[in-house]
Amino acid sequence: MSHHEVLLVVGAGHAGAELAIQAREHGWPGRIVLVGDEPALPYHRPPLSKGYLSGEATLDSVALKSRATYDKAGVELMLGRRVASIDRHAARVTFIDGQALHYATLALATGGRPRRLPAAAEGAEQADNFHYLRTLADVDRIRARLVHGSRLAIVGGGYIGLEVAAVATRMGLTVTVLEAADRVLARVTAPRVSSFYEQVHRQAGVDLRTGVQVDGFALDTARRLVTEVHCSDGERVRTDVVIAGIGLVPDTDLAAAAGLDVEDGILVDACSRTSDPAIFAAGDCTRYESPLYGRRIRLESVPNALEQARCAAATLCGKERRHDGVPWFWSDQYDLKMKMVGLSQGHDRLVLRGSIEERSFCAFYLQGSRVLAVDTVNRIPEFMLSKRLVAERLPVDPERLADDSVPLKNQIAA
Amino acid sequence: MPALTVIEFNGKEHRIDAEVGKSAMQVVIDAMVPGIMADCGGACSCATCHCYVEAPWATRLPEPVPAEREMLECALDPQPNSRLSCQIRITPHTEGLVIRLPQSQV
Ligand SMILES: Cc1cc2nc3c(=O)[nH]c(=O)nc-3n(C[C@H](O)[C@H](O)[C@H](O)COP(=O)(O)OP(=O)(O)OC[C@H]3O[C@@H](n4cnc5c(N)ncnc54)[C@H](O)[C@@H]3O)c2cc1C
Ligand code: FES
Repeated sequence: MSHHEVLLVVGAGHAGAELAIQAREHGWPGRIVLVGDEPALPYHRPPLSKGYLSGEATLDSVALKSRATYDKAGVELMLGRRVASIDRHAARVTFIDGQALHYATLALATGGRPRRLPAAAEGAEQADNFHYLRTLADVDRIRARLVHGSRLAIVGGGYIGLEVAAVATRMGLTVTVLEAADRVLARVTAPRVSSFYEQVHRQAGVDLRTGVQVDGFALDTARRLVTEVHCSDGERVRTDVVIAGIGLVPDTDLAAAAGLDVEDGILVDACSRTSDPAIFAAGDCTRYESPLYGRRIRLESVPNALEQARCAAATLCGKERRHDGVPWFWSDQYDLKMKMVGLSQGHDRLVLRGSIEERSFCAFYLQGSRVLAVDTVNRIPEFMLSKRLVAERLPVDPERLADDSVPLKNQIAA
Repeated sequence: MPALTVIEFNGKEHRIDAEVGKSAMQVVIDAMVPGIMADCGGACSCATCHCYVEAPWATRLPEPVPAEREMLECALDPQPNSRLSCQIRITPHTEGLVIRLPQSQV
């Protein structure tokens, strides 16, 4: 490879930054260019709905790596620049300002954008106090409005919505959560765990309503501010700020326009290769072939973005590496540290261990004697062991699993 | 800037001028010393920033909080002087701190 061989990484989030740096570590000899349309140095997103939102974390502490690290690795940063198109035939990308850049290898790490709320399309979206939450810029706008005594309406009872509810309640806002499904976290967890989280939020003072569809908004006369959220059951929630957190749409536009295989995510194999051998993809924008589950899955989590990026970096440097790690994710709300391992889809039995009342428990999702997934709340040892249970498909005895008097460790050894 | 010495599993030593206020994990990542993955970015949620603190620092640093202690029990090959580097804060008092990295984080 000559030094003219450019590795071009589009998207400077978790996946892009890791991929660029790791490619250098794996010996990529040419230029490495990391392009991102956000102006800030690549940063951690999880604190956006946690410590950074509350003001505990600073801009400095959320940066993924320092500027000096990119310099040291010889990674050229092009921040605040958006790639508009890919010409695969010419091996070249074009920026929105018309400038072009050739690549030898291209990596797409474009992440995703918040799913838009249809009911907000007719004006609420343009209001100064209506927000989605994905970027540092979003949160900087939101933070200015999170003041003691204000009313906050959150549309969506997923992780982001609930984490924001926890932070805002602690900051002294009056918080209402509106969830369309009949329970919170419905897409990711069992009913028992959902009802636990609902109870915790209500005890903290959150007005949490499930089974309510948001179908409109009232704006002030200048149409600058949302004043009310309208629900399908006729309820009207008066509010000072609205945050919608109803999911993510993978950013596949560039890939699709360039003719790569895309299906709710850029399709990649376990080594992060796309359907074009010169193009890799990693992170939230992809759907990958999971050796562990034997099907394609799309994940929205930091550990996944990092692992896919590491696999891409190794593979494009000729050291093929497969992503066979276990999916995992964490969510911090109040004093609850929740960590989830694996995917529960297809489970036929749920086993609880520990005490929901004492806010310390695990929920095991079993298929026969195989553990497909585990949710743990304030149960660190079980979380770490669960990663092994799921990854190595260690058989378990469901009756013993529930027995909290026998450490999980001993049950695995047996 | 207090000096931090990081020793890779293979014995390779790195002396780094560490910025006060950062965590040892951030300092190691910034210096691109391999051996720490830090998947959760310092949220005390992954234990992939495990390190061993050399004497006499094991007793000089502030004690780990219960969450860190529990995470450590499940790290690979934990020792009495194990710490999560993301929970070690660099201060003027950590001048001369030495940490060793384990063979593997997972
Ligand atoms: C508020 C919040 C809290 C979260 N909490 C957790 C958590 O606790 N634990 C967890 O595991 N995960 C959490 N996540 C999810 C996690 O942050 C994502 O899975 C992860 O950031 C994905 O990284 P990525 O690099 O794939 O994408 P992103 O971080 O989205 O990065 C993609 C970047 O590419 C840029 N881009 C896109 N297209 C172009 C283009 N054409 N040209 C230039 N740049 C482009 C985007 O603007 C963006 O900056 C959270 C996410 C959010 C929003
Ligand atoms: S970085 Fe995850 S526990 Fe330290």
